Amino acid sequence: MVSLMKFKIQIKPMIVVIFFALLSSCATQKITLFKQLGGDAGVSNIVDNFIEEISFNPKIYAFFKDSDIERFREKLNQHLCFVTGDSCEYTGDSMIQVHAGMNISEKDFNITVELLINAMNKAQIAQPLQNKLLARLAPMRKEMIYR
Amino acid sequence: MINRRLILSFLWCVFSASVVADEGKLLATAGLTQLEGAGGGGIVPWATISGYETQDSYSGSVFSTQVSLDDYKMNMTGVSLGIYDRVELSYAKQTFDLTSLGGHISQDIYGIKTRLYGDLVYSKMPQLSIGLQYKELEDTAIAQLVGANKIESGVDLYLAATKVHLGAIAGHNLVWNLTARATKANQLGLLGFGGVINNDYEIMLEFSAGVFLSRKFALGIEYREKPDNLGLGEDDWKDFFITYVPNKNFNLTLAWADLGSIAGIPKQDGVYLSLTGYLW
Repeated sequence: MVSLMKFKIQIKPMIVVIFFALLSSCATQKITLFKQLGGDAGVSNIVDNFIEEISFNPKIYAFFKDSDIERFREKLNQHLCFVTGDSCEYTGDSMIQVHAGMNISEKDFNITVELLINAMNKAQIAQPLQNKLLARLAPMRKEMIYR
Repeated sequence: MINRRLILSFLWCVFSASVVADEGKLLATAGLTQLEGAGGGGIVPWATISGYETQDSYSGSVFSTQVSLDDYKMNMTGVSLGIYDRVELSYAKQTFDLTSLGGHISQDIYGIKTRLYGDLVYSKMPQLSIGLQYKELEDTAIAQLVGANKIESGVDLYLAATKVHLGAIAGHNLVWNLTARATKANQLGLLGFGGVINNDYEIMLEFSAGVFLSRKFALGIEYREKPDNLGLGEDDWKDFFITYVPNKNFNLTLAWADLGSIAGIPKQDGVYLSLTGYLW
Protein backbone atom coordinates (compact mmCIF):
# COMPACT_ATOMS: atom_id res chain seq x y z
CA MET A 1 0.00 0.00 0.00
CA VAL A 2 2.88 2.32 0.77
CA SER A 3 4.27 1.69 -2.69
CA LEU A 4 0.83 2.27 -4.19
CA MET A 5 0.75 5.73 -2.65
CA LYS A 6 4.14 6.45 -4.11
CA PHE A 7 2.73 5.55 -7.51
CA LYS A 8 -0.08 8.07 -7.15
CA ILE A 9 2.28 10.87 -6.22
CA GLN A 10 4.41 10.10 -9.26
CA ILE A 11 1.57 10.31 -11.78
CA LYS A 12 0.04 13.49 -10.36
CA PRO A 13 2.13 15.94 -12.43
CA MET A 14 1.22 13.90 -15.51
CA ILE A 15 -2.49 14.30 -14.78
CA VAL A 16 -2.04 18.05 -14.36
CA VAL A 17 -0.26 18.23 -17.73
CA ILE A 18 -3.05 16.28 -19.42
CA PHE A 19 -5.68 18.47 -17.77
CA PHE A 20 -4.15 21.70 -19.05
CA ALA A 21 -3.61 20.21 -22.47
CA LEU A 22 -7.29 19.28 -22.64
CA LEU A 23 -8.25 22.77 -21.45
CA SER A 24 -6.15 24.40 -24.14
CA SER A 25 -7.70 22.19 -26.81
CA CYS A 26 -11.18 23.23 -25.62
CA ALA A 27 -10.33 26.87 -26.20
CA THR A 28 -9.79 26.33 -29.91
CA GLN A 29 -12.94 24.28 -30.44
CA LYS A 30 -15.28 27.22 -31.05
CA ILE A 31 -14.24 27.22 -34.66
CA THR A 32 -15.31 23.97 -36.34
CA LEU A 33 -12.79 21.42 -37.52
CA PHE A 34 -14.26 21.90 -41.01
CA LYS A 35 -13.22 25.56 -40.98
CA GLN A 36 -9.81 24.71 -39.48
CA LEU A 37 -9.26 22.33 -42.39
CA GLY A 38 -9.86 25.21 -44.78
CA GLY A 39 -13.61 24.93 -45.35
CA ASP A 40 -14.98 23.78 -48.71
CA ALA A 41 -11.74 24.48 -50.57
CA GLY A 42 -9.54 22.80 -47.97
CA VAL A 43 -11.65 19.68 -47.66
CA SER A 44 -12.13 19.27 -51.41
CA ASN A 45 -8.36 19.59 -51.83
CA ILE A 46 -7.90 16.71 -49.34
CA VAL A 47 -10.53 14.64 -51.17
CA ASP A 48 -8.92 15.27 -54.58
CA ASN A 49 -5.50 14.26 -53.23
CA PHE A 50 -7.01 11.20 -51.56
CA ILE A 51 -8.61 10.03 -54.82
CA GLU A 52 -5.28 10.53 -56.57
CA GLU A 53 -3.48 8.52 -53.84
CA ILE A 54 -6.02 5.71 -54.24
CA SER A 55 -5.68 5.69 -58.02
CA PHE A 56 -1.92 5.06 -57.64
CA ASN A 57 -2.39 2.19 -55.21
CA PRO A 58 -3.48 -0.93 -57.17
CA LYS A 59 -4.51 -2.85 -54.03
CA ILE A 60 -6.88 -0.13 -52.80
CA TYR A 61 -7.94 1.01 -56.27
CA ALA A 62 -9.32 -2.50 -56.82
CA PHE A 63 -12.09 -1.68 -54.33
CA PHE A 64 -13.10 1.31 -56.46
CA LYS A 65 -12.98 -0.26 -59.92
CA ASP A 66 -16.78 -0.44 -60.20
CA SER A 67 -17.40 2.88 -58.44
CA ASP A 68 -18.55 6.16 -59.90
CA ILE A 69 -15.55 8.28 -58.86
CA GLU A 70 -17.37 11.60 -59.28
CA ARG A 71 -20.17 10.43 -57.01
CA PHE A 72 -17.57 9.24 -54.49
CA ARG A 73 -15.86 12.63 -54.65
CA GLU A 74 -19.14 14.47 -54.02
CA LYS A 75 -20.32 12.19 -51.19
CA LEU A 76 -16.92 12.11 -49.46
CA ASN A 77 -16.82 15.92 -49.47
CA GLN A 78 -20.30 15.93 -47.95
CA HIS A 79 -19.43 13.25 -45.43
CA LEU A 80 -16.25 14.99 -44.25
CA CYS A 81 -18.18 18.24 -43.90
CA PHE A 82 -20.81 16.34 -41.93
CA VAL A 83 -18.36 14.67 -39.50
CA THR A 84 -16.24 17.80 -38.94
CA GLY A 85 -19.15 19.65 -37.46
CA ASP A 86 -20.32 22.16 -40.03
CA SER A 87 -24.01 22.25 -40.84
CA CYS A 88 -23.70 19.87 -43.81
CA GLU A 89 -26.14 17.11 -44.52
CA TYR A 90 -24.82 13.76 -45.73
CA THR A 91 -27.10 12.29 -48.39
CA GLY A 92 -25.08 9.21 -49.28
CA ASP A 93 -25.55 5.62 -48.14
CA SER A 94 -24.53 4.48 -44.66
CA MET A 95 -20.96 3.30 -44.12
CA ILE A 96 -22.26 -0.26 -43.73
CA GLN A 97 -24.16 -0.11 -47.06
CA VAL A 98 -21.25 1.48 -48.92
CA HIS A 99 -18.77 -1.19 -47.81
CA ALA A 100 -21.05 -4.22 -47.99
CA GLY A 101 -19.59 -7.15 -49.93
CA MET A 102 -16.14 -5.54 -50.18
CA ASN A 103 -14.62 -7.62 -47.38
CA ILE A 104 -12.10 -4.89 -46.53
CA SER A 105 -9.43 -6.27 -44.19
CA GLU A 106 -7.81 -4.47 -41.26
CA LYS A 107 -4.69 -4.16 -43.38
CA ASP A 108 -6.57 -2.67 -46.38
CA PHE A 109 -8.22 -0.23 -44.00
CA ASN A 110 -4.93 0.91 -42.47
CA ILE A 111 -3.31 1.28 -45.91
CA THR A 112 -6.21 3.56 -46.84
CA VAL A 113 -5.73 5.55 -43.62
CA GLU A 114 -2.11 6.05 -44.66
CA LEU A 115 -3.26 7.21 -48.11
CA LEU A 116 -5.52 9.74 -46.41
CA ILE A 117 -2.56 10.92 -44.30
CA ASN A 118 -0.54 11.34 -47.53
CA ALA A 119 -3.43 13.29 -49.01
CA MET A 120 -3.53 15.59 -45.98
CA ASN A 121 0.24 16.03 -46.06
CA LYS A 122 0.02 17.10 -49.71
CA ALA A 123 -2.73 19.54 -48.76
CA GLN A 124 -0.34 20.88 -46.08
CA ILE A 125 -2.73 20.14 -43.23
CA ALA A 126 -0.84 20.41 -39.94
CA GLN A 127 -0.45 17.10 -38.11
CA PRO A 128 -2.52 18.06 -35.05
CA LEU A 129 -5.42 18.87 -37.40
CA GLN A 130 -4.87 15.63 -39.29
CA ASN A 131 -5.13 13.73 -36.01
CA LYS A 132 -8.36 15.49 -35.11
CA LEU A 133 -9.92 14.47 -38.42
CA LEU A 134 -8.67 10.89 -38.01
CA ALA A 135 -10.17 10.85 -34.52
CA ARG A 136 -13.60 11.69 -36.00
CA LEU A 137 -13.30 8.97 -38.65
CA ALA A 138 -11.77 6.17 -36.54
CA PRO A 139 -15.02 5.06 -34.82
CA MET A 140 -16.48 4.24 -38.27
CA ARG A 141 -13.97 1.47 -38.92
CA LYS A 142 -16.24 -1.20 -37.45
CA GLU A 143 -18.87 -0.29 -40.06
CA MET A 144 -16.37 -0.63 -42.89
CA ILE A 145 -14.18 -3.71 -42.37
CA TYR A 146 -15.03 -7.36 -43.03
CA ARG A 147 -18.43 -6.44 -44.49
CA MET B 1 30.63 0.84 -24.39
CA ILE B 2 27.75 -0.07 -26.61
CA ASN B 3 26.82 -3.69 -26.88
CA ARG B 4 28.20 -5.35 -30.00
CA ARG B 5 24.99 -7.28 -30.48
CA LEU B 6 23.03 -4.03 -30.46
CA ILE B 7 25.22 -2.53 -33.17
CA LEU B 8 25.05 -5.69 -35.24
CA SER B 9 21.30 -5.91 -35.00
CA PHE B 10 21.00 -2.21 -35.80
CA LEU B 11 23.11 -2.60 -38.94
CA TRP B 12 21.15 -5.68 -39.83
CA CYS B 13 17.90 -3.77 -39.50
CA VAL B 14 19.12 -0.89 -41.62
CA PHE B 15 20.35 -3.17 -44.38
CA SER B 16 17.30 -5.38 -44.28
CA ALA B 17 14.95 -2.40 -44.65
CA SER B 18 14.22 -3.74 -48.12
CA VAL B 19 12.90 -6.96 -46.56
CA VAL B 20 9.36 -5.77 -46.07
CA ALA B 21 7.83 -6.51 -42.71
CA ASP B 22 4.08 -6.99 -42.67
CA GLU B 23 2.60 -3.53 -42.68
CA GLY B 24 -0.93 -4.25 -41.59
CA LYS B 25 -0.92 -2.06 -38.49
CA LEU B 26 -0.54 1.69 -38.49
CA LEU B 27 2.98 3.03 -37.97
CA ALA B 28 4.13 2.75 -34.32
CA THR B 29 1.03 0.86 -33.18
CA ALA B 30 3.01 -2.36 -32.79
CA GLY B 31 4.66 -0.63 -29.85
CA LEU B 32 8.18 -1.49 -28.71
CA THR B 33 9.72 -4.42 -26.84
CA GLN B 34 10.04 -4.18 -23.07
CA LEU B 35 13.02 -5.58 -21.23
CA GLU B 36 11.44 -8.96 -20.47
CA GLY B 37 10.74 -9.55 -24.18
CA ALA B 38 7.04 -8.72 -24.30
CA GLY B 39 5.56 -6.19 -26.69
CA GLY B 40 5.31 -3.03 -24.66
CA GLY B 41 6.95 0.13 -23.73
CA GLY B 42 10.46 -0.09 -22.29
CA ILE B 43 10.02 -1.53 -18.79
CA VAL B 44 6.27 -2.22 -18.89
CA PRO B 45 4.48 -4.91 -20.93
CA TRP B 46 1.57 -3.48 -22.93
CA ALA B 47 -1.62 -4.97 -24.34
CA THR B 48 -0.15 -4.65 -27.84
CA ILE B 49 0.84 -7.77 -29.79
CA SER B 50 4.48 -7.34 -30.78
CA GLY B 51 4.55 -7.12 -34.61
CA TYR B 52 2.84 -5.28 -37.45
CA GLU B 53 0.55 -8.21 -38.29
CA THR B 54 -3.25 -8.00 -38.28
CA GLN B 55 -5.91 -10.62 -37.64
CA ASP B 56 -5.05 -12.18 -41.02
CA SER B 57 -1.28 -12.64 -40.65
CA TYR B 58 1.84 -13.42 -38.59
CA SER B 59 4.80 -11.32 -37.60
CA GLY B 60 8.28 -11.95 -36.30
CA SER B 61 10.53 -9.51 -34.49
CA VAL B 62 13.87 -9.37 -32.72
CA PHE B 63 15.04 -6.94 -30.10
CA SER B 64 18.12 -5.90 -28.22
CA THR B 65 18.24 -3.64 -25.19
CA GLN B 66 21.05 -2.38 -23.03
CA VAL B 67 20.82 -0.52 -19.74
CA SER B 68 24.08 0.95 -18.44
CA LEU B 69 23.91 1.76 -14.73
CA ASP B 70 26.55 3.01 -12.31
CA ASP B 71 27.42 -0.39 -10.90
CA TYR B 72 25.63 -2.76 -13.25
CA LYS B 73 24.92 -3.37 -16.89
CA MET B 74 21.89 -5.19 -18.28
CA ASN B 75 21.67 -6.77 -21.71
CA MET B 76 18.51 -8.23 -23.16
CA THR B 77 18.08 -9.91 -26.51
CA GLY B 78 15.10 -11.83 -27.74
CA VAL B 79 12.63 -12.87 -30.36
CA SER B 80 8.88 -12.59 -30.61
CA LEU B 81 6.16 -14.06 -32.76
CA GLY B 82 2.82 -12.32 -33.26
CA ILE B 83 -0.05 -14.53 -34.38
CA TYR B 84 -3.18 -12.97 -35.91
CA ASP B 85 -2.80 -9.93 -33.64
CA ARG B 86 -4.21 -12.25 -31.00
CA VAL B 87 -1.33 -14.19 -29.45
CA GLU B 88 2.26 -13.20 -28.77
CA LEU B 89 5.00 -15.72 -27.99
CA SER B 90 8.33 -14.34 -26.83
CA TYR B 91 11.73 -15.41 -25.59
CA ALA B 92 14.31 -13.14 -24.04
CA LYS B 93 17.73 -13.70 -22.55
CA GLN B 94 18.69 -11.27 -19.82
CA THR B 95 22.27 -10.82 -18.69
CA PHE B 96 23.01 -8.72 -15.67
CA ASP B 97 26.67 -7.77 -15.25
CA LEU B 98 27.90 -6.68 -11.86
CA THR B 99 30.50 -4.35 -13.29
CA SER B 100 31.83 -3.01 -9.99
CA LEU B 101 31.49 -6.20 -7.90
CA GLY B 102 32.36 -8.67 -10.64
CA GLY B 103 30.33 -11.58 -11.92
CA HIS B 104 27.09 -11.85 -13.83
CA ILE B 105 23.58 -13.32 -13.63
CA SER B 106 21.51 -14.50 -16.56
CA GLN B 107 17.98 -15.66 -16.92
CA ASP B 108 15.68 -16.86 -19.68
CA ILE B 109 12.18 -15.45 -19.97
CA TYR B 110 9.46 -17.23 -21.93
CA GLY B 111 6.38 -15.12 -22.50
CA ILE B 112 2.89 -15.63 -23.79
CA LYS B 113 0.27 -12.95 -24.14
CA THR B 114 -3.20 -12.97 -25.58
CA ARG B 115 -5.40 -10.07 -26.57
CA LEU B 116 -8.76 -10.29 -24.86
CA TYR B 117 -10.48 -7.25 -26.26
CA GLY B 118 -10.28 -4.27 -28.51
CA ASP B 119 -7.90 -2.31 -30.66
CA LEU B 120 -5.74 0.37 -29.10
CA VAL B 121 -6.61 2.89 -31.83
CA TYR B 122 -10.08 1.99 -33.04
CA SER B 123 -12.11 0.60 -30.16
CA LYS B 124 -13.73 2.96 -27.71
CA MET B 125 -12.39 1.08 -24.70
CA PRO B 126 -8.67 0.26 -24.33
CA GLN B 127 -7.11 -2.82 -25.88
CA LEU B 128 -6.90 -5.44 -23.15
CA SER B 129 -4.48 -8.37 -22.93
CA ILE B 130 -3.47 -10.97 -20.40
CA GLY B 131 0.06 -12.33 -20.27
CA LEU B 132 2.40 -14.67 -18.49
CA GLN B 133 6.18 -14.62 -18.09
CA TYR B 134 8.03 -17.76 -17.05
CA LYS B 135 11.47 -16.87 -15.74
CA GLU B 136 14.25 -19.39 -15.40
CA LEU B 137 17.33 -18.28 -13.53
CA GLU B 138 20.61 -19.68 -14.85
CA ASP B 139 22.94 -18.35 -12.19
CA THR B 140 21.36 -18.96 -8.81
CA ALA B 141 24.27 -18.28 -6.43
CA ILE B 142 23.56 -14.60 -5.84
CA ALA B 143 19.80 -15.18 -5.46
CA GLN B 144 20.65 -17.73 -2.75
CA LEU B 145 23.11 -15.35 -1.13
CA VAL B 146 20.59 -12.53 -0.80
CA GLY B 147 18.00 -14.86 0.72
CA ALA B 148 15.54 -15.54 -2.07
CA ASN B 149 12.94 -18.13 -1.16
CA LYS B 150 12.96 -19.77 -4.55
CA ILE B 151 15.97 -19.57 -6.84
CA GLU B 152 15.28 -21.68 -9.93
CA SER B 153 12.22 -20.16 -11.56
CA GLY B 154 9.12 -18.05 -11.15
CA VAL B 155 6.01 -16.94 -12.99
CA ASP B 156 4.54 -13.45 -13.41
CA LEU B 157 0.96 -12.96 -14.55
CA TYR B 158 -0.27 -9.60 -15.85
CA LEU B 159 -3.27 -7.80 -17.23
CA ALA B 160 -2.57 -4.81 -19.47
CA ALA B 161 -4.76 -2.06 -20.93
CA THR B 162 -3.45 0.20 -23.71
CA LYS B 163 -5.15 3.08 -25.51
CA VAL B 164 -4.25 5.61 -28.16
CA HIS B 165 -6.21 8.87 -28.15
CA LEU B 166 -5.94 10.51 -31.55
CA GLY B 167 -5.28 14.24 -31.35
CA ALA B 168 -5.82 14.30 -27.58
CA ILE B 169 -2.96 16.55 -26.46
CA ALA B 170 -3.22 19.80 -28.44
CA GLY B 171 -3.79 17.69 -31.54
CA HIS B 172 -1.00 15.23 -30.79
CA ASN B 173 -1.66 11.54 -30.33
CA LEU B 174 -1.48 10.21 -26.78
CA VAL B 175 -0.78 6.61 -25.80
CA TRP B 176 -1.11 5.25 -22.30
CA ASN B 177 -0.85 1.83 -20.73
CA LEU B 178 -1.73 0.47 -17.33
CA THR B 179 -0.58 -2.99 -16.26
CA ALA B 180 -1.30 -4.95 -13.09
CA ARG B 181 1.21 -7.70 -12.46
CA ALA B 182 1.07 -10.51 -9.92
CA THR B 183 4.68 -11.32 -9.07
CA LYS B 184 7.17 -12.66 -6.55
CA ALA B 185 10.21 -11.73 -8.64
CA ASN B 186 13.11 -9.87 -7.01
CA GLN B 187 14.66 -7.46 -9.53
CA LEU B 188 12.75 -9.10 -12.42
CA GLY B 189 13.78 -12.54 -11.08
CA LEU B 190 17.52 -11.95 -11.38
CA LEU B 191 17.67 -12.16 -7.57
CA GLY B 192 15.22 -15.06 -7.37
CA PHE B 193 11.63 -15.15 -6.22
CA GLY B 194 10.17 -14.31 -2.82
CA GLY B 195 12.21 -13.74 0.32
CA VAL B 196 12.36 -13.30 4.07
CA ILE B 197 10.18 -10.18 4.18
CA ASN B 198 7.48 -11.45 1.85
CA ASN B 199 6.88 -14.71 0.05
CA ASP B 200 3.41 -14.14 -1.40
CA TYR B 201 2.30 -12.93 -4.79
CA GLU B 202 1.69 -9.19 -4.75
CA ILE B 203 -0.06 -7.00 -7.30
CA MET B 204 2.23 -4.35 -8.75
CA LEU B 205 1.01 -1.48 -10.92
CA GLU B 206 2.94 -0.39 -13.98
CA PHE B 207 2.20 2.68 -16.05
CA SER B 208 3.38 4.23 -19.31
CA ALA B 209 2.32 7.38 -21.13
CA GLY B 210 3.66 8.91 -24.31
CA VAL B 211 2.90 11.73 -26.69
CA PHE B 212 3.68 11.61 -30.40
CA LEU B 213 5.37 14.85 -31.35
CA SER B 214 5.15 13.71 -34.96
CA ARG B 215 4.29 10.42 -36.71
CA LYS B 216 7.84 9.19 -36.05
CA PHE B 217 8.87 10.62 -32.67
CA ALA B 218 7.31 9.99 -29.27
CA LEU B 219 8.26 11.20 -25.80
CA GLY B 220 7.08 9.56 -22.64
CA ILE B 221 7.44 8.32 -19.10
CA GLU B 222 7.06 4.97 -17.38
CA TYR B 223 6.68 3.85 -13.82
CA ARG B 224 6.88 0.31 -12.51
CA GLU B 225 6.11 -0.71 -8.95
CA LYS B 226 8.31 -3.46 -7.54
CA PRO B 227 8.05 -5.65 -4.47
CA ASP B 228 10.68 -5.65 -1.74
CA ASN B 229 10.65 -9.31 -0.74
CA LEU B 230 14.30 -9.46 0.30
CA GLY B 231 14.34 -6.40 2.56
CA LEU B 232 17.15 -4.87 0.49
CA GLY B 233 15.11 -1.75 -0.25
CA GLU B 234 14.20 -2.69 -3.84
CA ASP B 235 12.86 0.49 -5.45
CA ASP B 236 10.19 1.18 -8.03
CA TRP B 237 11.55 1.79 -11.52
CA LYS B 238 10.96 4.80 -13.74
CA ASP B 239 12.17 6.08 -17.06
CA PHE B 240 11.83 8.96 -19.49
CA PHE B 241 12.03 7.90 -23.10
CA ILE B 242 12.24 9.19 -26.64
CA THR B 243 11.33 6.78 -29.40
CA TYR B 244 12.06 7.02 -33.09
CA VAL B 245 9.88 4.96 -35.43
CA PRO B 246 11.13 5.75 -38.95
CA ASN B 247 9.21 2.91 -40.62
CA LYS B 248 7.67 -0.50 -39.94
CA ASN B 249 11.07 -2.24 -40.14
CA PHE B 250 12.56 -1.02 -36.90
CA ASN B 251 12.30 1.41 -34.03
CA LEU B 252 14.85 2.84 -31.65
CA THR B 253 14.36 4.02 -28.08
CA LEU B 254 16.66 6.06 -25.92
CA ALA B 255 15.77 6.55 -22.29
CA TRP B 256 17.07 7.64 -18.96
CA ALA B 257 16.19 4.92 -16.48
CA ASP B 258 16.17 5.26 -12.71
CA LEU B 259 16.20 1.76 -11.23
CA GLY B 260 16.86 2.86 -7.65
CA SER B 261 18.59 0.50 -5.25
CA ILE B 262 19.70 -2.85 -6.68
CA ALA B 263 21.03 -5.61 -4.41
CA GLY B 264 21.84 -3.09 -1.71
CA ILE B 265 23.66 -0.58 -3.94
CA PRO B 266 21.59 2.62 -4.08
CA LYS B 267 20.96 5.14 -6.87
CA GLN B 268 21.33 3.02 -9.96
CA ASP B 269 20.43 5.12 -12.96
CA GLY B 270 21.67 5.39 -16.49
CA VAL B 271 21.07 5.17 -20.19
CA TYR B 272 18.62 2.72 -21.70
CA LEU B 273 18.95 1.94 -25.39
CA SER B 274 16.65 -0.41 -27.24
CA LEU B 275 16.11 -1.56 -30.78
CA THR B 276 13.36 -3.73 -32.22
CA GLY B 277 13.55 -5.05 -35.76
CA TYR B 278 10.54 -6.49 -37.60
CA LEU B 279 11.34 -9.42 -39.87
CA TRP B 280 8.00 -10.08 -41.51
